[in-house]
This record gives sequence, structure tokens and C-alpha cells, in this order.
Amino acid sequence: MTTRVYEVFRRERAGAAMQHAGSIAAPDPRFAEIYAREQYGRRGESEALWLVPREAVQEIDEFVDEFDLKYRRVDGYSLKERLKEARELAGASLREAPGGGDRP
Amino acid sequence: MAIDTQTEEFLAHVQAGGLVETGDWMPDEYRKRVTKFVEMHANSELMGVLPERDWILRAPTLQRKLALTAKIQDEVGHAQLLYRVVEDLGKPRDACLDDLIAGKSKFHNVFHYPTKTWGDVGVIAWLVDAAAIISQKALLKCSYAPYARIMRKICWEESFHILHGRDVILTLVTGTDGQRELVQEALDRWWEPLMMFHGNPIPAEDDPMVHWRIKSQANEEARQQFLEGYVPQVWELGLTLPDPNLRRGEDGVWEYTEPDWERLMAVVSGNGPASQERLAFRRLSRTEVDWVSRTVLAAAA
Repeated sequence: MTTRVYEVFRRERAGAAMQHAGSIAAPDPRFAEIYAREQYGRRGESEALWLVPREAVQEIDEFVDEFDLKYRRVDGYSLKERLKEARELAGASLREAPGGGDRP
Repeated sequence: MAIDTQTEEFLAHVQAGGLVETGDWMPDEYRKRVTKFVEMHANSELMGVLPERDWILRAPTLQRKLALTAKIQDEVGHAQLLYRVVEDLGKPRDACLDDLIAGKSKFHNVFHYPTKTWGDVGVIAWLVDAAAIISQKALLKCSYAPYARIMRKICWEESFHILHGRDVILTLVTGTDGQRELVQEALDRWWEPLMMFHGNPIPAEDDPMVHWRIKSQANEEARQQFLEGYVPQVWELGLTLPDPNLRRGEDGVWEYTEPDWERLMAVVSGNGPASQERLAFRRLSRTEVDWVSRTVLAAAA
């Protein structure tokens, strides 16, 4: 049996990202198009399809954060303690010089 | 035999809600069970169109004919999508079709019965599809992610089918006495297979399919959901169901006459009233269209 597997991606509406929808098996690209249209487009549920032969997909599924690069993520910043300290400092200076500036 | 560590870790992963992708390592037992389950689902979609196919030429109006044809196309499409899932698990589609026509693999009990009148077509589209969608919605949580993803598309299309079924039923019950009678007779015929639909009431903790989180719902839970959702809808139309013990208990649990589970086993093993006729038809169409696939594949090669 000389069929080939194609991964099908679909765009649900204009501006949306292409999303993986499923796969089909077809003997050649023309049949792949017919099957993909029938399976993923016949009710107007897609506005575009991409067909990619499965062997063309290069998969990467391991992500090692060897150096724990937290400074690139939001959870790498813990402001709570320092904010508290900064507020206390500001409060102390306020007591020393009340009414300064246009603070509410 | 002691379960190896890798299997234990896999089990803990799926039981904690973890998902499995095609390329991931999985224990042989898990692969076998998912394959068999999805294959049976695919077989059921493919065989399930035959009772409806009988009515394409006899549909009462052009609109019904078109709707029925569209529903059949959806279901054959579901079979195609599901066989793809099975193929990725390692069993080729040809092998699935060969096993199906040889009687080596099963398909759902409700597709082993004949459709005597247009009333049966309405009851199938409404209540058989309603029972099916209860199981299918629960399968959205299946630990085997490629199956769960395909189930989202299937559920979306099934929701049209139930509406089509209700529309057929409502037209008949608001029609002549004869039309109403068609629905009542069909209900009487289909009630037993419908009560068998979700399987015997095996407790979730004894069900290996729940153990591997391939299924997330116990059989009886699915049946109760079906009864709770649909018996009142049948009754409100002034129709009756052929079970004198059917009633909703004060605790909200439905009571009913226990179906004959041995008979269910016999039906799905190929001894239902229409089993052999349906398989013979599938065999015939497989041999008759063989030249088409050979020609197509030769031209594409």
C-alpha cells in the first residue's frame, strides 16, 4: 500500500494561527487535497489548510533549562519583599517631610 | 509477574491526568487496549451507516434525503479519522477492514439490528446518537491524546445529528396517528438495544479501561446520564417505553429491568438479527470496490 501520511493544519478564521487538526493518508497530493477538504473544510469550519507530509515535520520535544535562566521568565522576579521595603522607606521619609510634592 | 518500573511510572502518569502521544513509550497492554477500543469505535462508525443507508432511497422528502446523506458522510468520515488513529498505533487500515469482515473484531450492538421503518431512522438519529454522545463526551478526557483530539471534531458533528433526529421525531409525533405509531413501535424495538448500549454495570474500579484512563466514566454512570437526560424527553411527547420497572428513584437513580448481558455478548459476537447481513454487505462492497483502490494506487504510484 503506497499511501503517505499528511499532517493537516487548519486556520479557523482570518487572523487565527494555523493549528494542527489531524492527519490523513493519501496516495498522492491530489487525493490528499480532496480528503483534507472533505475532512476539515466541508462545513466551512476552516478558511485555510496546510498539508505537510509527515516525514517533513522536524520535531523537537525536549527542552532542558540547564542553567535555570529564571531572569528570562516572570517567575524569576519576586518583587514583594523589596516593594514592601521600598514602601516602608518611603513612608519613613514622608513622616520626616510631610506634605511634600503633589502626592495625593 | 511484577510490573516493571517504567510501566508503574506510566500508570501513575495517566492516572494523575497525564496524556500520551503517539511517539511516547507505552506498555504493550495499554497500546493493545487503546488500539482495540478505537478500532471498535471506527468499525461502529463504518457499520453504523448501513442501517441508515437503507433509507436514503426511501427518505420521505428531498430535504430528509439530503440530511441523511450528510449524516452518513459524517460517520464514514469519523471512521476514516479513527482508522488513522489506529494506524498510528501500529495496525494498518487494511488489516482493520479485513478483521472486520472476517468477524474477528467487533462493532457496536446497536448496529446489529434492522431498521424496519422511517420511525427507526428517527429513533436511531435521536436516541442512539444521544447515547453515543454521552460516551463520546467522556472520551474527550481519554489519556490517549490523539484520540481525545479527534473526539472533539466527532462530538461537534454529532450535535447536528441529534437535532436532525429530534426534528424527524417531532415531525412524526405531530403528524397522523399512523406516523405517531411508527415512532412508538420503533421505540419499543430499540429500547432493549439502547439499554444495553453502555455495557454491563461493571464498577469503575474493576474496569481495566478506567484503570488506564482510556475511559473516564463507568458504564452505569453513562446509562444513568442517558436515562436522566432522555426518558423525560420521551415521556413528554406522550410516548411510552416498554419497561414496567422503569422509574426515577427518590435518590435520583433510575431503576430499570436488567438487560440480558449474555444476549448482548451474543449480539456483538455476530449473532444479532442483522449482524450477518451487514457483514455480508461490507464484504461485498470491499471486494466490489477493490478495483477502485488498485487503480487509484497504481495511477498515483
